[in-house]
Amino acid sequence: MTTSPSAADARRPDFMKRDRSWHPPAYTPGYKTSVLRSPKCALLSLDQGPGEKTGPTFRADMLHELDNDLISNFASATGSTGLAIGERIIVHGRVLDEAGRPVPNTLIEIWQANAGGRYRHKKDTYLAPLDPNFGGCGRCMTDENGYYFFRTIKPGAYPWPNHGSDWRPAHIHFSIFGEAFAQRLISQLYFEGDPLIPLCPIVHTIADERAVQQLVAKLDMGEMRPFDCLAYRFDIVLRGRQQTFFENKREGM
Amino acid sequence: MPVEYLKETPSQTAGPYVHIGTLPGHAGLPIRQNETLNVIEAPGEKIVIEGIVIDGSGAPVKDAMLELYQADSKGRVGANTLWARAGTIFETGEWRFDTIRPGALEWRGGKMQAPHLTLLVFARGINMHLHTRMYFPEDEAAHATDPALNRVEQVHRRRTLIAEKVKDGHYRFIIRLQGENETVFFDM
Ligand SMILES: [Fe+3]
Repeated sequence: MTTSPSAADARRPDFMKRDRSWHPPAYTPGYKTSVLRSPKCALLSLDQGPGEKTGPTFRADMLHELDNDLISNFASATGSTGLAIGERIIVHGRVLDEAGRPVPNTLIEIWQANAGGRYRHKKDTYLAPLDPNFGGCGRCMTDENGYYFFRTIKPGAYPWPNHGSDWRPAHIHFSIFGEAFAQRLISQLYFEGDPLIPLCPIVHTIADERAVQQLVAKLDMGEMRPFDCLAYRFDIVLRGRQQTFFENKREGM
Repeated sequence: MPVEYLKETPSQTAGPYVHIGTLPGHAGLPIRQNETLNVIEAPGEKIVIEGIVIDGSGAPVKDAMLELYQADSKGRVGANTLWARAGTIFETGEWRFDTIRPGALEWRGGKMQAPHLTLLVFARGINMHLHTRMYFPEDEAAHATDPALNRVEQVHRRRTLIAEKVKDGHYRFIIRLQGENETVFFDM
């Protein structure tokens, strides 16, 4: 599935260090599963080499044209013309690096529960029903401006065992590759106005409220499709490369 | 003009259902079932890497997803670069990659690294993916000068990055998230 990144990538400037205080720490007892799954030793800091400054790259022609349409892609793959049940939405935005530069041609994968809050996964036994026309799996590539676009349904909230029955706010899981393995990131998108966001122990693994706000997609009436679907805007920021001068000149040139 | 930097999007756990989006066939979806993302076909010596992720109580992590990135048999990541992804077997927590033995990869300033695989671990309860490396037990001489292994100050912890040879071309690598012999994880 992979193609070759340019050998020149390995000679480009290093990525800036991750601000680990902006990300959730490994040990977050409010989210109980983290207690036994968090390393206790400090992470080992190391400069980046070619294996960190390059990464797998993907091509748009490896994807199916319906891969970014979760309303129809599952039914279509199983030979049906049905549509998923739920609030029809567009989720769109740009992938940028910390210097504000677009990250083009990078793979984004998403997964989510259906409108009732149930995942189509062997291990999910929540009592909400499966939707025969919803798989909850999508992917797309950013374009040359770092722009991406999905059509889906708004996922439902669901309960999970943590402090008794906690509830997850509606969310979409996001996976982004970037240009190098050092930029690899998996996170979650939440929806503006959801009253469950401040109650969620997983959201609260992030200490800084401004960082939480970065995960809240905003209702975007400018992009809604009349008589069809609402839109939410969600921009994603990946690690940027170190850069001290010549901001308008592409690094490494 | 000073650059105004944006903040990186904060990480969140991949959760227990990470496989839906990353390995849908593994999650039980009847789509993309022809994808065998844990197999790398490339010129070189075919090898098998199998293993398990263990939590702080000694129990296997049965819902993880691992990603592998490595150099080709000539030690290049600039061409013919190799990436793979595996889900754990939900009953046992075992995972497996079929790949090729990587060559020694260059490091900064023209130095060399010992042959290794980069592994990322994603799972429920892991708030930000963990980044580690697997080295091969037979490369002892190269380990002595490897820049990453040499950064591990407690010498006994270096062993957590070296796989066990099961038989020729077949390795086992235990990733311990916590506790005695906790695996070394990197911030790179
Ligand atoms: Fe979820």
